[in-house]
Amino acid sequence: MLRIPCPHCGERDETEFHYGGEAGVDYPADPSALADDAWAAYLFLRANPRGWFRERWFHGSGCRLWFALERHTVTDEIRSA
Amino acid sequence: MRISDRLPDHPDFLWADAEPRKSYDVVVIGGGGHGLATAYYLAAHHGITNVAVLEKGWLAGGNMARNTTIIRSNYLWDESAGIYEHSLKLWETLEDELDTQVLFSQRGVLNLAHNLADVREGKRRVNANQLNGLDAQWLSPEEIGKLVPILDVSDRPRHPVVGGTFQPRAGIAKHDYVAWGFARAAHALGVDIVQNCEVTGFQTSGDTVMAVETSRGTIGCGKVALAAAGHTAVLAGHLGVRLPLQSHPLQALVSELLEQVLDTVVMSNAVHVYVSQAHKGELVMGAGVDAHVGYGQRGSFHVIEEQMAAAVELFPIFGRAHVLRTWAGIVDVTPDASPIVGTLPFDNAFVNCGWGTGGFKATPGVGSVYADTVAHGRPHELAAPFALDRFTTGRLIDEHGAAAVAH
Ligand SMILES: Cc1cc2nc3c(=O)[nH]c(=O)nc-3n(C[C@H](O)[C@H](O)[C@H](O)COP(=O)(O)OP(=O)(O)OC[C@H]3O[C@@H](n4cnc5c(N)ncnc54)[C@H](O)[C@@H]3O)c2cc1C
Ligand SMILES: [Zn+2]
Repeated sequence: MLRIPCPHCGERDETEFHYGGEAGVDYPADPSALADDAWAAYLFLRANPRGWFRERWFHGSGCRLWFALERHTVTDEIRSA
Repeated sequence: MRISDRLPDHPDFLWADAEPRKSYDVVVIGGGGHGLATAYYLAAHHGITNVAVLEKGWLAGGNMARNTTIIRSNYLWDESAGIYEHSLKLWETLEDELDTQVLFSQRGVLNLAHNLADVREGKRRVNANQLNGLDAQWLSPEEIGKLVPILDVSDRPRHPVVGGTFQPRAGIAKHDYVAWGFARAAHALGVDIVQNCEVTGFQTSGDTVMAVETSRGTIGCGKVALAAAGHTAVLAGHLGVRLPLQSHPLQALVSELLEQVLDTVVMSNAVHVYVSQAHKGELVMGAGVDAHVGYGQRGSFHVIEEQMAAAVELFPIFGRAHVLRTWAGIVDVTPDASPIVGTLPFDNAFVNCGWGTGGFKATPGVGSVYADTVAHGRPHELAAPFALDRFTTGRLIDEHGAAAVAH
């Protein structure tokens, strides 16, 4: 079980959270201006590193806010983003 | 016959551990089931024997040795039925093809429905399967109760069994024997199996991959074929290619050895658990992936706790079994829960990945299809729909209903 440090509520069990995948993927400013491959990249391509990864979590059983953190995908070590 | 009499003796040497040569016609990266099968079919069916399988750890130490061996072909879409049924047919003759035992047991796979949405999805899939000539059936709770007497099909408020899909030709096999069988047969045809050899990069010239860089030196390649399952995104990154993959931990567990009580594979998507009983007697159970990206080959215990709670509710008799061992693999999941098989944007580089939680069943099928693709430098017709460009064209093959939890 991961222990997730919520910036608002402190460290809690992983089961209180929902996972949000890669952090910092913005909705395109003008989607209809994108070529097909750029739109496909927005929809489907996410970083998948073996190592440090900046990702989003949602504290559903707590403050109900989204936040980002950095987790090492091999060791599960967590540091703030 | 006693089970132990049916098991082959433990062999000393099935294949030789090769020193890597300077170059090969085809370098296959990844010595799991898919890489080994691909090398075998390249040699056996295409006469391409100057082939190396490079494995960073030990042969079949990845997902091949960690999966729960469910084999079935009852996926929803025509494209999936094509490739998975091709594989199921190859399983039916695999012992002859490889001249070895793989303990393929066609005991049937049952997928439970617990609510109206499950019933609709299941019946739709049975109908689609039947149109594709597959042996899919819809079973009532009474029929399910007869097929699996230890399953509680009574009218319970939580997770009542209201029906299910059944594929009689589906089943399980022994994954180690499958890997060893392909390795032995490939080696006998001249394929080099190189263990402890991690691919760390590529040398390219224009659109051609000239060589792979490894922990054991640079190895030239006529063609290169990725078969690295959970690590494919990392490898493709060395080629500058981004793939729509997320690597997740996927766990499974076994109980102690028990009397044979279950001769069908039973899965439930809704309550996230599936179970079969292995030849020796252990209950083999699994669930869905851990939600987060992970390369650590370990998952969280709460996932196992949930799956055990569901299993005991469905099978009250399991209440007194014990968890003996749990483990995890790293599975590469695509956005549409279908694999990616085909070419990479290079003249001589190929990819096979994205089988996620369900690629063991595809081992012979994708081995043959991928070998054909690599040998001829164009997608085999069964692979063509699974090309990478479907994420741009929008021709997705959405198998979440058939593959989300069910393997
Ligand atoms: C717990 C669990 C249960 C599963 N249950 C089922 C099931 O019931 N039915 C089913 O059909 N499927 C199931 N699967 C999925 C199935 O195991 C995989 O889809 C399939 O094994 C993937 O193909 P593979 O055998 O080639 O993968 P792997 O055995 O993982 O082979 C990939 C190999 O590539 C090697 N590699 C990676 N990077 C490099 C590198 N840089 N250089 C050299 N080598 C490298 C790895 O070490 C590994 O040995 C399950 C998986 C897990 C983890
Ligand atoms: Zn919080």
